[in-house]
Amino acid sequence: MSAMLLNKEKWPEFVGKLAGKNILAPQADGDAMRFAAVDEGDAPVLDYNNTRVPPKGALFPQTETMLKFQAKGEQVEEPLPDRETVVLGLRPCDARAMTIVEKLFKWDIDDPYFVRRRELTTLVGLACSEPGMNCFCPSVGGGPASTEGLDLLLTDLGDSYLVEAVTEKGKTLLSETRDLMEEAGEDALKEKEKLVAEAEQKIKRSVDTEGVPEGLPGLWEDPLWQKVAASCLGCGTCTYLCPTCHCFDIQDELEGFDGRRMRTWDSCMFDEYTMHTSGHNPRPTRRERTRNRISHKYSYYVDKFDVIACVGCGRCSNLCPVNIDIIETIRQVKEAL
Amino acid sequence: MKTIENPYIPYPATVKETWYETGGERCIKTFKVVFDDEKVREKWSHLPGQCAMIGVLGVGESMISISCSPTEGDFLRFSVMRMGKVTQALHQLEPGDKMMVRGPYGNNFPVDEWQGKKILTIGGGIGQAPLRPIVEYVKANMDKYEGLTMIYGARTSNDLCFKGEFDEMSRTNDLACHLTIDVEEEGWEHNVGFVPQMLLDLNPSPENTIAITCGPPIMIRFVLENLKKLGFGDEQIYTTLENRMKCGVGKCGRCNAGNMYVCKDGPVFNYAVLKEIPEAFA
Ligand SMILES: Cc1cc2nc3c(=O)[nH]c(=O)nc-3n(C[C@H](O)[C@H](O)[C@H](O)COP(=O)(O)OP(=O)(O)OC[C@H]3O[C@@H](n4cnc5c(N)ncnc54)[C@H](O)[C@@H]3O)c2cc1C
Ligand code: SF4
Ligand code: SF4
Ligand code: FES
Repeated sequence: MSAMLLNKEKWPEFVGKLAGKNILAPQADGDAMRFAAVDEGDAPVLDYNNTRVPPKGALFPQTETMLKFQAKGEQVEEPLPDRETVVLGLRPCDARAMTIVEKLFKWDIDDPYFVRRRELTTLVGLACSEPGMNCFCPSVGGGPASTEGLDLLLTDLGDSYLVEAVTEKGKTLLSETRDLMEEAGEDALKEKEKLVAEAEQKIKRSVDTEGVPEGLPGLWEDPLWQKVAASCLGCGTCTYLCPTCHCFDIQDELEGFDGRRMRTWDSCMFDEYTMHTSGHNPRPTRRERTRNRISHKYSYYVDKFDVIACVGCGRCSNLCPVNIDIIETIRQVKEAL
Repeated sequence: MKTIENPYIPYPATVKETWYETGGERCIKTFKVVFDDEKVREKWSHLPGQCAMIGVLGVGESMISISCSPTEGDFLRFSVMRMGKVTQALHQLEPGDKMMVRGPYGNNFPVDEWQGKKILTIGGGIGQAPLRPIVEYVKANMDKYEGLTMIYGARTSNDLCFKGEFDEMSRTNDLACHLTIDVEEEGWEHNVGFVPQMLLDLNPSPENTIAITCGPPIMIRFVLENLKKLGFGDEQIYTTLENRMKCGVGKCGRCNAGNMYVCKDGPVFNYAVLKEIPEAFA
């Protein structure tokens, strides 16, 4: 049971087999797509480019309750996640991003919320056939049909999906649904190869990262940071919407007597992020914050975890309101080396 | 459900004693606390230089240096400056009240590696909080160290922490305790002048000596300069960094200085390492 074919007519049945689990899939949200829970009986449509908000929230929700307690109390409850989840149709880059942040969430001390969600979640990816204008995944170790992080990979072959299991979890899901599928033949696999090669061809942008991780610290005072950050608004879009950004804030909230401690996505592009109560800020301007964001992804993370914390999804470039483009930034870094 | 140990869970500790170290708007209050749960108490072990996240449920948590040495007993001490939301809530706590504590976090001063050496601490203001455990630790193991010298200063005599303890310390033979304040004050019997200058005046020999400095960034800068002037090698100098923190366990990303997470790779740094981190003194 290596590769199977799922006729698209059977797709609703495939989704139906997952009933009882929390199913997250891309859904229209205004003019964009985002991952949201699928209503019982619905079959999501996977025909989309990529979501504006990455699916990182499946493992690291935008807001997550860490502890519950009573006002003035001293006993805490830990509401650890316990619901099995299946993410349908995420892109290979976003799945790879999950493996990258997992390194941090498992570094030294396990983050119980993330680790638990990861255990309870099955990731069903969809290979890319129409990369976006700022995609550059092959430059940073990915690819349109990369399976890193995925449990199951789907490839759209027109009338059907080619379904390939990557992990044990994927194999289990495949065995639960195999009566809907037929064995894939040589031609289906060839077709996939062709589609992937075509998709790779369609990726127009690239970065050359050679020497960047080692070189970045040496560019500390380089004028390039001033140039790159000159138009930055400090809005944080590039970090909120980045699948590998993992920073969070922790806040307490009281509603009557019910209290909770929660964490929410945060951004190193905000002034507040590093500001001390005294008003002293070790990263006082957008120049330092931009330098940190790029250095964190392309150098510090490599030092600590041996991988660049950018999967080349292009979101930060696509969505920055003032068109600050990470590909161009890395090009300038290379030039300055 | 408690399947994995959750590092974010704080444990209740009872405040046993409190007192004010200093006055004014940004006053410093010291808390002596003991964990309620015996199991937590038994599991807990810390060394000089480590910190804890302390707080009040419904308000939040702050990273605070553990200002006592494990040699002092089965309790924890924190000296907290009243700054913002959480530290204000902490200041409301009185004996009998509960404080929520998790930790210990960060690395520690390598006090055992330092055996056989002379220890020189140079502190300013609240910066004495992480240094105090070294002083206590070395005092408790005096036979293992060559000597202990303490330089400590603040703006005025009212801004000096742990005043009550100095008297006793300055009477010990192995231990030189030097106090200084920025400007002349009536009744002040010790030195007047800035900490870095006092260091130069005392002219300690770098030979077989470890120097540890904590305090306001500007003081640290000049102390480092003067230690170099006195002939101290980078490896002989230690300091701590204080970056904003939320998780304390290397996850929230907030506390980095270059490629170091201060909450895990620090807060204690050897100067030879620290001077290579471009952001360290920002
Ligand atoms: C390793 C370490 C050891 C420390 N030791 C002590 C100590 O022994 N005694 C003491 O009084 N203070 C100490 N601090 C500083 C203390 O953590 C802050 O003053 C405190 O968090 C301010 O919180 P707040 O809620 O009162 O202020 P608010 O401004 O209301 O807090 C907002 C948030 O900002 C952050 N923050 C603000 N200022 C600082 C700062 N200077 N350092 C770190 N985080 C900050 C905290 O995350 C806090 O939750 C230490 C900080 C660090 C990092
Ligand atoms: S840095 Fe930009 S391109 Fe890289 S993963 Fe994040 S959003 Fe995508
Ligand atoms: S999205 Fe653009 S403007 Fe907003 S913080 Fe990022 S770089 Fe700056
Ligand atoms: S305090 Fe969260 S990473 Fe250091």
